[in-house]
Amino acid sequence: MYRYDHYDQAIVDDRVKQFRDQTNRYLGGTLSEEEFRPLRLQNGLYIQRYAPMLRIAIPYGMLSTKQLRRLADIAAKYDRGYGHISTRQNLQLNWPELKDVPQILAELAEVEMHAIQTSGNCIRNVTSDHFAGVSPDELTDPRPWCEILRQWSTFHPEFAYLPRKFKIAVNAADTDRAATRVHDIGLDVVKNSQGSIGFRVIVGGGLGRTPIVGQVINEFLPWTHLLSYLESILRVYNLHGRRDNKYKARIKILVKALGIEEFRRQVEADWAYGKDGALTLTETEVDRIKQHFTDPAWKTLVDESLVTIASYHNDRAFTRWLDRNVHPHKVPGYAAVTLSLKDPKRAPGDITTEQMHLVADLADKYSFGELRTTHEQNLILADVEKSELFALWQEARANSLATPTVGLLTDIICCPGGDFCSLANAKSIPIATAIQERFDDLDYLHDIGELDLNISGCMNACGHHHVGNIGILGVDKNGSEWYQVSIGGRQGLNAYLGDVIGPSFAAAEIPDVITKLIETYIEKRESDEERFVDTVHRIGVAPFKERVYAGKERVALNG
Amino acid sequence: MAKKIIKHGRIVDDSWQVIRLAEGDTPETVVLPEGDLIVPLKVWKAQRQTLLGRPQRGVWLSPDELAEDVAIDLTYFSVVAIDFPQFADGRGYSTAALLRSRYGWHGELRAIGDVLRDQLFYMNRVGFDAYAIRADKDMNNALEALNDFSETYQAAVDEPLPLFRRRSA
Ligand code: SF4
Repeated sequence: MYRYDHYDQAIVDDRVKQFRDQTNRYLGGTLSEEEFRPLRLQNGLYIQRYAPMLRIAIPYGMLSTKQLRRLADIAAKYDRGYGHISTRQNLQLNWPELKDVPQILAELAEVEMHAIQTSGNCIRNVTSDHFAGVSPDELTDPRPWCEILRQWSTFHPEFAYLPRKFKIAVNAADTDRAATRVHDIGLDVVKNSQGSIGFRVIVGGGLGRTPIVGQVINEFLPWTHLLSYLESILRVYNLHGRRDNKYKARIKILVKALGIEEFRRQVEADWAYGKDGALTLTETEVDRIKQHFTDPAWKTLVDESLVTIASYHNDRAFTRWLDRNVHPHKVPGYAAVTLSLKDPKRAPGDITTEQMHLVADLADKYSFGELRTTHEQNLILADVEKSELFALWQEARANSLATPTVGLLTDIICCPGGDFCSLANAKSIPIATAIQERFDDLDYLHDIGELDLNISGCMNACGHHHVGNIGILGVDKNGSEWYQVSIGGRQGLNAYLGDVIGPSFAAAEIPDVITKLIETYIEKRESDEERFVDTVHRIGVAPFKERVYAGKERVALNG
Repeated sequence: MAKKIIKHGRIVDDSWQVIRLAEGDTPETVVLPEGDLIVPLKVWKAQRQTLLGRPQRGVWLSPDELAEDVAIDLTYFSVVAIDFPQFADGRGYSTAALLRSRYGWHGELRAIGDVLRDQLFYMNRVGFDAYAIRADKDMNNALEALNDFSETYQAAVDEPLPLFRRRSA
């Protein structure tokens, strides 16, 4: 993974100094709350419902074990002994004290970490595929491009006060695991007919209040022009994006208002000046960055199928885990493994200090000392020898990190919601817990098969509910908490925004609603192979809706 | 007491007066006092002849006015200013960068309005060289912000080459 040189280190160290001074001035009263607000936000610091929340950047999800151990120590020392993996691959601390934050940043900087631009109206932490570099279906490793973008966007002087936040995702695989179509800018790494590398540039996608699937602005942008082209997109947005209404300020609204043709025309008009200038990427630089993402010392191994491995051990729980939590690797004899943070006893994505230390040990032992965070709020060990899977599973299971439900109904993606977030309309974690309790039969879960269930506590959609096969959104009705349910959403290259099934529900009704949706699916599916989302798209929303609301209507009529 | 601004990294006296339209004023009718004036772009367009009679003049742009709106007239000015009604409105950063890099403005480029210490480093990078710091703030403290960072990644007006073209391994 990328290692800082003295330039990178100096920039992060200067930031710590700067933020320490800003915090002191705020606490000393010479910097007002209003003036401090964007400054602390651009350092990932929110003032939440009960305490500040600090969002620490994990650039494109990559962590070394040294970094993870430092995060574990920080969570123990300055927080309540746990952290939360967010849907953008970052780590959030829910209980730090403002006065400690500069010191936390200093301790992060020692291990080449920071909280720069994890919030605020600026270019955010770039996200990518959590299987980057190991997945069999990728064209090339997207991470060098992510790192190039990280450096370009870090403290970009022209784009620090954008109309709204700005998120970039990079994908280089056949399966889009980075959700490039629902980002402000999505980049698909592609090859043209001459075999040279470039980017399909997608602009104006996003979730939130106005979910929109992004549109292609450039089918093939040669890699040398990546930075100059993005600067032009950002400049047009910075100058013309709406600033009068924060709900209409994302780039997607501008692209929609202008139309993609006109938006493209404006970008290209600006780009005509910047193209081929100093921002043109050089082979030297790309090679320098690529040097940081060389392959680990993979051994030459005999490949064994997971079925064979399962048959050796003949252990049902292990087989289930192999089935769900172990993923293909491009090198024979290796696999990528998800360590699940969806133990039903904890909020989705939460990880304790002890678990962080344990995961660091596991990564050192089994996976070259590195790991990744995922936007599904789990962790990945990317390079595990298949012959070690059983040993790894036993250790993970003993520490509640082996819930064998990756990609299944209870692998819920969930925002912090009303328990922590001051913007929430409703709590989201108790909803996740109630669903996990209802569906605790692993056989049934595996029979239901792949199903993304996403929960957001408000329209801001941090839980990405629009692209959940089942999406749950907290809404406020006369001051009480209600939940709107949508189905049919999906992420990926064919991203689709789910359709709301009807009037919202009280919290206590949600497990029944999910049960009825699942029963409908089980009855209607053509075969075990047809996934929930495919059934929804084949037969439409109506049969699901009828089933869910059937009882309700009777109650209403009787009442 | 003479007014002060930060210019070229120092605190200096300032003779320029910024004209803002009060309620009821129009660009055509606003009375322009004697002295060195920095006027709204609309006033320049409406009272060009009067202003050309002055020995020197300045103009300021509001956030929704673009660099290209003033580009052809740049030769008439000694100062171009960009107004920040709220510091968090970042349009002026792009406007400044374009005035410098695309429209060849080499004279004084001044930030006016809600101009605060913690934005100065970025402002300096996009081409501002003068700052009318908001009156209630400590100018000496603001001056320190110009040195917040010793190194930067991007190409900008203050450093035409991005770090990747300057980096020695
Ligand atoms: S979706 Fe809403 S409630 Fe949930 S974390 Fe985001 S802002 Fe908070």
